[in-house]
Amino acid sequence: MSYFLIIFIAIIISAVSLAREKHKSAIALISVLVVAFFSSWISIGALQGDTWVKTIQGGNVFGPVTLRVDGLSAWFVLLTNFTLITGMLYGRQYLKKSHGNSSGTSLHYISYILNQVALIGVFFVQHGLAFICVWEMMAITSFILVIFEHGRMETLKAGINFLIQSHISIIFITLAFIWVYASTGSFDFSAISEYSSSGTREAGLLLFLVFFVGFAIKAGFVPFHTWLPHAHPVAPSHISGIMSGVIIKSGIYGILRMLILIHENYLILGYIILIISVITGIYGVMLAIVQHNIKKLLAYHSIENIGIIGIGIGIGSIGIGLNQPALVYAGFAGALLHTLNHSLFKSLLFYSTGAVYQALHTVNIERMGGLVNKMPRTALLFLLGALAICGLPPFNGFISEFLIYSGLYGAMGSGSASTVIVILSISGLSLIGGLAMLCFTKAFGIIFLGKRRFNPHAEVKDASPGMLFPLYLIAIPIIMIGSFPGLFVSLMQKTIEEYSAITMPSGYEELLTIMQNISLAVWALIVLIITLYFLRKIIEEKRVIRSGPTWGCGYPADSPVLQYTATSFVRSYAKIIRPLVVTSKTRDEIRDIIPDPVHSATHYNDKVERGLVDWPVRLLRGFLNRFRFLQNGSVQFYVLYGVVFIAISIAIPLIIRAVQYLTQLLNQI
Amino acid sequence: MIMHIISLLLILITSLFFSGIIIRAKSIFSGRKGPGIFQPIRDILRSFRKGSVYSETTSIIFRLAPTVYFSTLVMSILFVPFGDHPGLFSFRGDFVFFSYTLALGKFFMIIAALDTGSSFEGMGASREGLFTMLVEPAFFILMGSLSLLTGYTSFAGIFGALHFGSYISYGIGILASFVFVIIALIENSRMPVDDPKTHLELTMVHEVMILDNSGFDLGLILYAINLKFAMYGAIIANFFLTPGFQWYYSIPIYFTVQFVFAVLVGMVESFSARFRMNHNPQFILMFTSISLLIFLGVLLMLGKII
Repeated sequence: MSYFLIIFIAIIISAVSLAREKHKSAIALISVLVVAFFSSWISIGALQGDTWVKTIQGGNVFGPVTLRVDGLSAWFVLLTNFTLITGMLYGRQYLKKSHGNSSGTSLHYISYILNQVALIGVFFVQHGLAFICVWEMMAITSFILVIFEHGRMETLKAGINFLIQSHISIIFITLAFIWVYASTGSFDFSAISEYSSSGTREAGLLLFLVFFVGFAIKAGFVPFHTWLPHAHPVAPSHISGIMSGVIIKSGIYGILRMLILIHENYLILGYIILIISVITGIYGVMLAIVQHNIKKLLAYHSIENIGIIGIGIGIGSIGIGLNQPALVYAGFAGALLHTLNHSLFKSLLFYSTGAVYQALHTVNIERMGGLVNKMPRTALLFLLGALAICGLPPFNGFISEFLIYSGLYGAMGSGSASTVIVILSISGLSLIGGLAMLCFTKAFGIIFLGKRRFNPHAEVKDASPGMLFPLYLIAIPIIMIGSFPGLFVSLMQKTIEEYSAITMPSGYEELLTIMQNISLAVWALIVLIITLYFLRKIIEEKRVIRSGPTWGCGYPADSPVLQYTATSFVRSYAKIIRPLVVTSKTRDEIRDIIPDPVHSATHYNDKVERGLVDWPVRLLRGFLNRFRFLQNGSVQFYVLYGVVFIAISIAIPLIIRAVQYLTQLLNQI
Repeated sequence: MIMHIISLLLILITSLFFSGIIIRAKSIFSGRKGPGIFQPIRDILRSFRKGSVYSETTSIIFRLAPTVYFSTLVMSILFVPFGDHPGLFSFRGDFVFFSYTLALGKFFMIIAALDTGSSFEGMGASREGLFTMLVEPAFFILMGSLSLLTGYTSFAGIFGALHFGSYISYGIGILASFVFVIIALIENSRMPVDDPKTHLELTMVHEVMILDNSGFDLGLILYAINLKFAMYGAIIANFFLTPGFQWYYSIPIYFTVQFVFAVLVGMVESFSARFRMNHNPQFILMFTSISLLIFLGVLLMLGKII
């Protein structure tokens, strides 16, 4: 099986690199579909409680490597496959329009295929060393995917930032695996749970936290998120979509997996995760609102959504700690469903943003506007994504946020959890909801509505049907989950029951009953809207309908420049959060009687990044700069360094021996 | 069956004269004769009969938004219980659905305002979005406190259990209804956050968002304001309806509360001035802290403060 996979991948890679330009994407698509088919085949069975286990011999280095697909892995494999397929379908259309060279596209497709294999590997492998290998493979291939447009300096910078931070994540994960290996002598995942149940509670807690930091860097929990808002905007849109949709979710998978394995300290871990997640959620959306670059805005929203998922995980583990199945169900169901939901609407938003980018060649939303008439389909799909990400009914985001809310209120009603933390989480989550709404009314309103703000006569066309096809494909589950939530929530039952020793099937039944009620209410809402709309249409047909200019308060010149801009839309908000962000303003002075055009720019930067990344890096660089004289560029000096190094490495043992001899001599005397 | 839709029916009845009472109260306080209490409804009916003018800038969003706004409001009303009679929809956590449905309507109104490309309407939209975001936590904290107090997590459960407690629970009920009054004022963009009767676009919130709406759509929006008031009035009335009472006690209590609420709004509008726009966020945050006070009160009552 594994040999077959390796041979298959090798054949595909050589085929991609040898094929002609126009066939490359088709071969890559076939490969993605084949890998997706086989891994999903296994996963669908696993989701129904039928765990798939296989051991392969890894030779002297690895030892026996267990591949195991349980409900948790299966869930992630399935959502990854869906997003990767839509990403490939979209990406091949997207790349047609961008002018990359042939070797660049080959490398891109090959990395894409390997990235899929690595991601699925992450979910399959149950062996520490092998896990680190696939994790590293995922990091490197995603790095190559991100720097596709490597001609630009900022792309490379963001890419390298991403690469370095990925490796900090790997250091933490490796450390944790080595820790377990040192005390149990095994790299297998079962050793982790063995170690945590045999060791002290503190050790188990610390081990989890080391894993958590490693995975949190990947997932983008605050304060480990700083790579994310740089890497997402510079990547091509389909890569931003899969990065945000699935690659950062591997961090979530890691945390969920470790919660199963390290079955200790659930209560305290739950609180830790809950608090970090609330901060992550609020911080992410807070910064998202003030961004002008639409892709950066979406990237900060990924951080927010990771926070929401984290709140679900936190509630779930508090539930395990308190022995309350209702909380476990609501929390983990919310977290898992939100992981799926986020991968859907975030990839939808990134893909539709890509369509806008290819039409206008800018990602600055201040230069957009009025696209709804030119690109109606893209606008509709973006609106769908925006409504879903704000967690509004009748779409999927609402269902998962509802589950998390019901977990939080369940904790509140039962009164056994720390009510202060829970109430703060509730208010945090509702604040996140309100802020997300402010953010996406801004994004949708400024990009698609009103009049074109810049270059209004340029020709703009809607994206091709081929490019929009994967977007429609994503829209289907978004609507389905929103209107038939019970179907999807019932799929997760087996997965969630892996967490808790005590299960209460009736608790899950109750959750499903609520989902049925929501489904009814959602349909009532849809029917209400449609009925009213048709009623309105019938009535309007009998009335006189005229059209005219927008009411301008008596001021007749309706210039697009007079519209509300994105900056002015959030200005009063920006004033409130000013202490929490770094605001940098640049402004030209007005000189002379007839002044030249002046420009002013306002940028909002991340305070955490300033403190946690920029400042230490500056210190380190200041320190290392003192040794710059060593690197003077002349070969003679480098040879000298080599000689000095060899001399020292020979001399040190000699000197030590001499010192030892001397001390012995002195002792004898 | 009748008990399931009684809440809806009562809210519909109240909505017919709610604005009328506010206007009447204002006119009495300022010593004017004032219009009859059904005048606002007549104005709305007149709007329904009129034709519409649409801006050339607008798209389908602008035409869809009032419909969605109105439908979400009707949907939310279906969740409001009448004492211990649940609304048409009732399940655990139904107030989350209630609040998010209202938010859906608001989302559409905000983007419809941006759809006109007018700088005034953008201004109103920006404020509406900001205030909504700030109000949200207060509502959820309040519901959290009530569910901690009663052990239930649905509207009907909470209101059904609220009254069997001590006098302190009545105290909390009164504080909570105070919070709901303010939520209603902010959500409906009334004084002291927004002045619906102002003549200057720069100082408006909600009114400036609907400058370009006309005809049927305007009628829907105006009627939605009445419905929204009546809905919040119904929620407040629920704090005073004691379960077990017969309908011939409950319904008069209900209407009295709605009437007092309307007069209260009229009084606030007669005797207070609108805040400066940049003081509004502070005001809204202040009353979020009132709902935190309620939470602390509940913790004290249950002896759980640690």
